[in-house]
Parts: sequence; C-alpha cells; structure tokens
Amino acid sequence: MGAFLEVSYVSKYFPDPSGRGMQCIFKDVQCGIDQGTFVTVVGHSGCGKSTLLNIIAGLERASAGGVVLDGKEIDAPGLDRMVVFQNFALMPWMSVYENIRVAVKAAHPAWAQTQVHACVLKYIEMVGLTDAASKRPAMLSGGMRQRVGIARAFSVEPKVLLLDEPFAQIDALTRGAIQEELVSIWMRTRNTVFMVTHDVDEAILLSDRIMLMTRGPEAEIAEVVDITIPRPRSRTSIIEHPHYYKIRNHIIHFLVERSRRCDRPAEAMSHHTGGIHG
Amino acid sequence: MTLAVPNETFRAVALSALLLFAALFVWQLASTPSGGGRTQGLPGPAAVATVTWEMLSEPFYDRGPNDKGIGFQVLSSLGRVAIGYSLASVVAIFLGVILGLNPILLKAANPYIQILKPISPLAWMPLFLYTIKDATGAMILVIFMSTLWPTLANTAFGVSAIKRDYLNVAALLQLSWWGRFFKVILPAAAPTIVAGLRISIGSAWVAVVAAEMLVGGTGIGYFVWNEWNNLSLTRVMFAILVIGVVGLILDAGFTRLARAIAYIE
Ligand SMILES: Nc1ncnc2c1ncn2[C@@H]1O[C@H](COP(=O)(O)OP(=O)(O)OP(=O)(O)O)[C@@H](O)[C@H]1O
Ligand SMILES: [Mg+2]
Repeated sequence: MGAFLEVSYVSKYFPDPSGRGMQCIFKDVQCGIDQGTFVTVVGHSGCGKSTLLNIIAGLERASAGGVVLDGKEIDAPGLDRMVVFQNFALMPWMSVYENIRVAVKAAHPAWAQTQVHACVLKYIEMVGLTDAASKRPAMLSGGMRQRVGIARAFSVEPKVLLLDEPFAQIDALTRGAIQEELVSIWMRTRNTVFMVTHDVDEAILLSDRIMLMTRGPEAEIAEVVDITIPRPRSRTSIIEHPHYYKIRNHIIHFLVERSRRCDRPAEAMSHHTGGIHG
Repeated sequence: MTLAVPNETFRAVALSALLLFAALFVWQLASTPSGGGRTQGLPGPAAVATVTWEMLSEPFYDRGPNDKGIGFQVLSSLGRVAIGYSLASVVAIFLGVILGLNPILLKAANPYIQILKPISPLAWMPLFLYTIKDATGAMILVIFMSTLWPTLANTAFGVSAIKRDYLNVAALLQLSWWGRFFKVILPAAAPTIVAGLRISIGSAWVAVVAAEMLVGGTGIGYFVWNEWNNLSLTRVMFAILVIGVVGLILDAGFTRLARAIAYIE
C-alpha cells in the first residue's frame, strides 16, 4: 500500500468473441510504482497490456479492483496521466505545433498566449523538431511522429506517463535513436513512467523494473525483475554490463516457456477458451 | 508526365467545346426559324443569346413587382437559400454530432430519418403555409427541410466513424465539450460533413426554384414562372442557364472548401 501509483487487484473481462459470455483478459493484477521510477510490463501480444494501461489512463474501466494515483482513485481520464500511443494518435488536421499547443493549453488554461507559445516551442525543441513545427503529421516519418507524441505527453507535465508500445511502429534504426532520446529526457525530468512493450531489449534499456505478464486469457503478473544496471545507459554500453544477458535470457525464457504454463495447465490448450460464462 | 497533363486538359477542353457546338446545333435545328409563331417550337440559341445580353447588361433594374432585373431575382433566391441553408446546417451538424457520438441514439433515430429523408421538401409547403401563414417563411422552411437530411446523415456518419484515438486524446486532455467539438470532432469529421453540405446546397438550390414557382413574389423561380405566364420562352431558357450557372458556382465553392479542410491520416 501507499506507492505513488497503486494498481490493486485489477481484473478485466470483455465480452467473448462468440458473444455468449465474458472472457477474463487478466485477473488480480497488482503492482505499486514509486514516484520517479520507470516501470515496464512485458508480455505477449494480446495478454491485455494495452487494456491495463488504458485502465490506468482512465480510458477503460476495470471490471474489478482499482487504481490509486497519489492518493486519489482513478475513474476517468485526467491531465495527471498522459499516454503515448503505439500509433501516435496525432491529430492529422493539425500541424506539429498545433498538436502540442492543444495539449499545453489544456494543461494550462490560464496561461497567456506568449507563455503557451514559449512552452510549445520548448517541447518541440526538446524532441528536435523545430524545423518541422509547421508540418502536418502526414508529412513526417514514423519516428518524427512519435517524437511529437512524446513531446505532447511531456508537455502536459503529467504525474504519470503511460507509454503503450511507443516504438513498435518505428523502423529499427530510428527506434534506437528515439529510445536513447527518451532515456535522456527521462533522466532530466524523472517522471514516473508506466510502459508496456514486448521488446525485451527496449524494456531493459529504459526500465528500473520490469513486470512479466503471462499469456491471456486470465493473464497475470507472474514476476517482477529489478534492473539494477546503473544509469546513464545507452544501447551500446548496456550490453557490456555483466548482468545484461542474464536478465535478457531470463525474460526471454519466461516469455517463451513459463508464460505459457503459468501453473494452470488447462490454459496451454488455447487462447480462446477459458472464458467464464454467465 | 508533365507534358501529358496539359495535353489531357487540352483534349478535354476541346471535347467540351465540341459537345457545346453539337448541343447548340441540335438546339438550332429543334427551334423554329426566326419569325415563326410564338407558341410553336423553341427559341433558338441566337434569340436566347440576345436576351442573355440584354438581361445581363442591366441586371438590377426594377420596373414594378413583375419586372425586375435578373440580378435582383438571383439575389433574392440566394438570400432565402442563405437563411434556410445556414439554419438547417447548424441544426443538422449539431444533431448529427449528438447522434454520431451516441450509437444507441443513432440507431433509435435512424428509422425516422429514413422516413423523413425521401420526402420532397415541397410536400411540406402547405403545412408551412398553413402554420406560419407567410410565403417567405414557408419558402425558407422548405429550403430548411431540403438541406437538413443530407447534412444530418453525413455528419452523424462522419462523427460515428471518428477514430477512437482522437476522442481518447481529447478525453486525456480533459477538453471541454466545446473544445472537443471545435478542436477534435468538427475537424475530424469535416470531410464527411462538407460532403453532406455540398449535397445540401444542391438540394437547396433545386428546392428554392420550385418553392418560388409556387409562392414566390421574387426570385429566379418566380421569374421562370412569370415569364412562362408571359409566354416568353426565351427568357425562361435564359433563366434555366442562370440557374445552372449559379448552381455550378455554389458547387465549386464547396469543392474548394472540401479541399481546404481535407487531411491525410
Ligand atoms: N473492446 C474490446 N472488446 C472485446 N475484447 C477486447 C476489447 N479490447 C481488447 N479486447 C481483447 O482483450 C485482449 C487484450 O487486448 P490488448 O489490446 O490489451 O492486448 P495487448 O497486450 O495490448 O496486445 P498487443 O501487444 O497486440 O497490443 C485481446 O485478446 C483483445 O482481443
Ligand atoms: Mg497493445
């Protein structure tokens, strides 16, 4: 109890694809996230990572359990949480500048125009997009678009940043560069970050702590791995750390082998069975 | 490729001109030779061209209620369209947004929309005349009815198809209802809404001519009816051309608007 972001016994049920019953996506997920830490959930596709993140964001409701942020129960979206989406979710009819301005204005309704302007420029500069400020997202590469997404999320100065596979749709070469940019931005701001991903290297590079989620249905957090590799980290330096491959192998082993068994043999049969009916 | 574009355009323009000449030729054949009986056959292109020149050289004369320049007539029709169309558009966009955001409400309202949509707007005319007892008001309401449905249907459809992500961002940023409306919903659905507005302006222009033929005292539709009563088919044909050209200009305006608000995902 009492962590900055407290996820307690959160379960989520969705209607079965057959439409007859409910399917348990994940069950009794608990975790506490301390202020200023970077925590990542790693799990297979479809295990409910995005759903969990959306519950924390307030975009989705938990079927059971609850989330408390800084002593306040979460039941709706709010400016104290901001999401970076896998598919960027930028407004395509707005320029880069306008996309960030709408966020800054929302976060600081009382600010004067000049103050808003300065703030927008600061965040555009932070992600190195000053030259592209007047362009629309369609004119930008995937990497540049996600830089806008990151700038927008940071610009509202949320208590918790929620990253939903933020680099999954970015080409491999750019991905590394943006991951390192995110590391350096985070080192300066020390936001509390909750990220979900299925990229193990990305998780190790960025996180203080990695939570391993089993496959759905009825997924759960089976294990928590603390990443003690000292910061600052970079993609090249981190692989030289003596623990790197040990951690990496451990997580991959989990994902390949143990996430499937998960102490409940019945689950291994299929992803689609195991719904509860009623 | 750079050469092909003007070439293609040139060929299209040449073909257009050819079609025009063919049409004029057929028209000339169909019309009686000049000097023929007034009620037999159609006025030829030359006669219509003369009248066009006369009418356009003095668009704003006023010689009593039954003899006004074409400029006055078009402006009074456009004025009615502007009022009825704006009112209907505001109502249709609002209702459309509300329906588009509430799938259940949309489903509930849909059968009624489907029943009301195919009703000719002119069918409402007697009811409007009876209830508000004012010809201009009734005409404006007819235009209102003619433009409501396309915009409403398109807005509801466009809004219901807005990507979840944009609404999620609006929710995360805690935008107010108006902020969400103007910054997210309207621009996101704008291409579909403008497509509806474009259909609507066409229907409005069709409806105003018909309504004015019934109850107008001014307007291009009234002009057509009046000249028919004067048995001046030349002027009727001139009016038909004017109606077509004004419709074209209105439509072109919306094409430009559509281009301005389009976005690439
Ligand atoms: N609105 C919904 N209705 C019904 N089922 C849903 C709904 N949203 C998600 N699901 C189901 O819940 C499960 C978890 O989805 P979720 O998107 O959270 O997975 P994920 O771990 O983020 O996967 P990915 O790595 O592919 O993004 C999936 O099986 C999905 O089909
Ligand atoms: Mg996901």
